[in-house]
Amino acid sequence: MKRQLPLILVFVFGTLMVIQYFVPHENSEIVKGFLLDWIVIIGIFALALGLWSLVQVSVAKINSRKENWEYPLVTLISLTVMIFFGFTSHAENASWWGYFLAITVFLVALWMFLQGFMGQAANRNMKLLGGLGLLIVFSLLAIFDNSWEFKFYTAEGLTNQMFVHFFDYIMIPLQATMFALLAFFITSASYRAFRARNLLATLLLISALIVMLRFTPGPWGEYLAKTSAWVMNVPNLAAQRAIVIGIGLGIVATALKVILGIERGYMGKG
Amino acid sequence: MEMISIWIAAILTLGIFSFLYKDNPLYKACEALFVGVSAAYWAIVFYFDNIYKKFYEGAVTADEPDYFLWIGAILGLLFLTRLIPKIGWVSRWPMALIVGATAGLWMVGYFVSNAMNQIGSTISGIIVYDTATGFVAWGETFGSLVILVGVLSGLVYFFFSKEHKGVFGATAKVGTWFLMVTFGASFGYTVMSRMSLLIGRVDFLLGDWLGILR
Repeated sequence: MKRQLPLILVFVFGTLMVIQYFVPHENSEIVKGFLLDWIVIIGIFALALGLWSLVQVSVAKINSRKENWEYPLVTLISLTVMIFFGFTSHAENASWWGYFLAITVFLVALWMFLQGFMGQAANRNMKLLGGLGLLIVFSLLAIFDNSWEFKFYTAEGLTNQMFVHFFDYIMIPLQATMFALLAFFITSASYRAFRARNLLATLLLISALIVMLRFTPGPWGEYLAKTSAWVMNVPNLAAQRAIVIGIGLGIVATALKVILGIERGYMGKG
Repeated sequence: MEMISIWIAAILTLGIFSFLYKDNPLYKACEALFVGVSAAYWAIVFYFDNIYKKFYEGAVTADEPDYFLWIGAILGLLFLTRLIPKIGWVSRWPMALIVGATAGLWMVGYFVSNAMNQIGSTISGIIVYDTATGFVAWGETFGSLVILVGVLSGLVYFFFSKEHKGVFGATAKVGTWFLMVTFGASFGYTVMSRMSLLIGRVDFLLGDWLGILR
């Protein structure tokens, strides 16, 4: 039951998906559609598990008070605040004070609950009681403050001004700068990689130079752009195809191992 | 509000760039902030795309509710049994559905797209004709031949069941030449994409924030 049923399920659903490809019938497409919908819905629960794991790890780090324990606190606060923004909407031209007060009360209540469940045994009940009290205060704020409201069943949260601001002015700049930072390290790496020590290193150097200089203005610009296009569309394409064919065959072999129950790593231990 | 947001974005940008000097508290705080915000962002987006739009609108509020979607939701709830060690093994059932269905789907899909279609594109239409004149287009034909040689020699290089010696070894060596050209092109491409991102950030700092660039 614990290990046999999952193996049977993998075989049945795997075979079903393979067969449906060769049976171009309306019903076969319907079955495929259902399976894909289920996968998508199950996926969001897997994401919830991931979030819970992030919270657990962060709380454990904070409670241990080891070096750098402050940063998981930043992660937890930003996570909670962003989720709060995503599930609420704020009335236009209304005051923001009630909204921010509600977030603060919610954060403290959540922290007390987390400490009550995961923290040390001492004062556990007090923390849970405090968390419950603050949650009641938060509920009263949610009911009586008309400047904001919860939006679980409309996608309005995605258009919440604060949610959009957090995305535009925190997430995007951080993400873009993280990748931009790599420009410095990749330049240093390319200095070491692009040394013409032998034929292979020289080929690497030449093709990289041609691709990097393709947008260079000047008399050589057009020639470099054409050469770069040829490098990308001919020798590069040839090796990419060899790699892609290899990957395709590798995926087929791995999928076959999974469907036949030879590869069982997804079940974990126990 | 806009001005405050730009200042926050600028401070965060400088915070990440501060790593160039050395690992420091500001960088670590920015990193932690990014983890929290992006995890929450994707959770919210997936919630509205999958739970709200697909499940809630499909199985609850639709004129003709699709009751089969409830099976997905129940399987999703079973996935959460992983949090309870005693019955954690139940979470293998939805996991088995995901793994089995994905394996079946990918097995055929990737075989067609990655193997068959690529082989087909490589060996078909090697001799290219000029549509205007009807004569052989020598440039394109040469390109097709180079691609054929590159794909074959690249595949030979990745075949490790036979020792790379003699003709087989020489072919594999030609394969490594093609691979190095590809790695060089990919590396150059990555360098340029990172550079354009860097230019974008500098443009933001000097333009939107400091107003030096107009």
